[in-house]
Amino acid sequence: MADVEQVLRETVRKLLQEQKVCRVIGYARGSSALRSTPVFIEDEKDADSLVFDITCGNNLTQYLKKCGKAGDGRVGIVAKGCDGRAVVQYIAEGQVKREGILIIGIPCEGVLDHRKACDKTQGREVSEYRIEGEKVVLKGKDFEVSLDKFDVLSDSCRRCRYPSPPVHDVFITEPKEAASQEPECKEFDEFEKLDASERWAFFENEFSKCIRCYACRNACPMCYCEECFVDQSNPQWFGKSTDLSDTMIFHIVRVLHTAGRCVDCGACERACPLGINLGLLNKKVEKEIQERFGYTSGLDPDETPAMAAFDEEDKQEFIL
Amino acid sequence: MIEAKVENTIGRHKDWQPKILAFLCNWCSYAGADLAGVSRIQYPPNIRVVRIPCSGRVNPIFILKCLQNGFDGVLVSGCHPGDCHYISGNYVARRKFAVLKTLLEFMGLEPGRVQFSWVSAGEGEKFAQVVTKVTEDVKKLGPARKLVRNLEPTETKY
Ligand code: SF4
Ligand code: SF4
Ligand code: SF4
Repeated sequence: MADVEQVLRETVRKLLQEQKVCRVIGYARGSSALRSTPVFIEDEKDADSLVFDITCGNNLTQYLKKCGKAGDGRVGIVAKGCDGRAVVQYIAEGQVKREGILIIGIPCEGVLDHRKACDKTQGREVSEYRIEGEKVVLKGKDFEVSLDKFDVLSDSCRRCRYPSPPVHDVFITEPKEAASQEPECKEFDEFEKLDASERWAFFENEFSKCIRCYACRNACPMCYCEECFVDQSNPQWFGKSTDLSDTMIFHIVRVLHTAGRCVDCGACERACPLGINLGLLNKKVEKEIQERFGYTSGLDPDETPAMAAFDEEDKQEFIL
Repeated sequence: MIEAKVENTIGRHKDWQPKILAFLCNWCSYAGADLAGVSRIQYPPNIRVVRIPCSGRVNPIFILKCLQNGFDGVLVSGCHPGDCHYISGNYVARRKFAVLKTLLEFMGLEPGRVQFSWVSAGEGEKFAQVVTKVTEDVKKLGPARKLVRNLEPTETKY
């Protein structure tokens, strides 16, 4: 990734110098080897702190609304495929203006799922890592493990179809082609084959772990509501008890709110401190919306999002 | 197993009758229910009706809350496509319901618990048929067990 990083820094420096953007949202090295942190760069001197690698898992689009003020000038954003799709979705939903954003596309190879890496190192701290072809080598005090990259990638990256943003203004090196069809996802297909009671038991088990910290919501670019339904108190729709039914309802409603908008970036799942599987529900709804309404989120800034539109001919086989 | 026992005593209790919440839109289905009434058409007494302005007014969380708080089934009924008083409320509702239904069934909720229908103001007969079908379906499924709030009232200690 070294030259990608170099080109990225060079590009950002130039954009700031020429005042094409007032600020760039990107990634910098985080507090440990396998962590990156979002960074906001306004001074060209700071461009050298930018990084881009397998640890850049946050979806930066969620900062777009918070970090640009009117009259400020354009905001640049370093965008992997999914960040780029989220930007497109923001434009389609009228949250930001196309001309206010400069999308710096970057080729993505997938990002790390820390939980998977942590399992492989038995929780030992990694102080260094390097990529060797399809292998990731993790190094720490008294140990070094070489792992298949695929084994430590996020689930959403394993099934990613759009590694490069569908819309961009500049691109760091070359965009990667989108896959011609949905990559297969064994985990999902197998899950769908289970019978109803097994599926219910699976979700009950997953969500019973949930401590309702709402990190999943906060990490999600699409959860940009000023006041989330879980925080509303008048009327209070959402029960605050520790009862499992309340937790399940939170998750069902969250997925419904992101229906036809979720870009399957997996940021929610990576943010969850309990490693709860949120991707299955996201994926199911995304698939349903593709099949039923022929809509895929985050591809076309001019298309009305599926759940804000309708077609008189929509199928209604389930209605009596 | 204790769980199986509870299922047996409550689930097959001979007096058990399902409780079903019906959201009926003001302009069509509610009038359809009215017509069924004034025409003296018989249908099961298991539904409790909430009148809503439009099927598009039904937020999925209403449906989830019904299941959570003791209803065994939920029916949402609105105007036929093209007849919406607000032009497009039922079209938008149709998309919402399709996604909700798919999602709940994917998670493993029984398909018959949550149902949707179009009933016009002139369809008293159809209204009775819909209610009969939904009641039969929910009866077959037995009492709701999923998504139900389980909190036992805590005993006050003095
Ligand atoms: S719901 Fe999760 S996967 Fe979907 S956009 Fe939000 S963070 Fe990304
Ligand atoms: S869960 Fe729903 S209400 Fe809450 S922030 Fe996300 S989209 Fe908004
Ligand atoms: S991040 Fe995980 S634990 Fe926190 S609310 Fe979301 S699912 Fe629950």
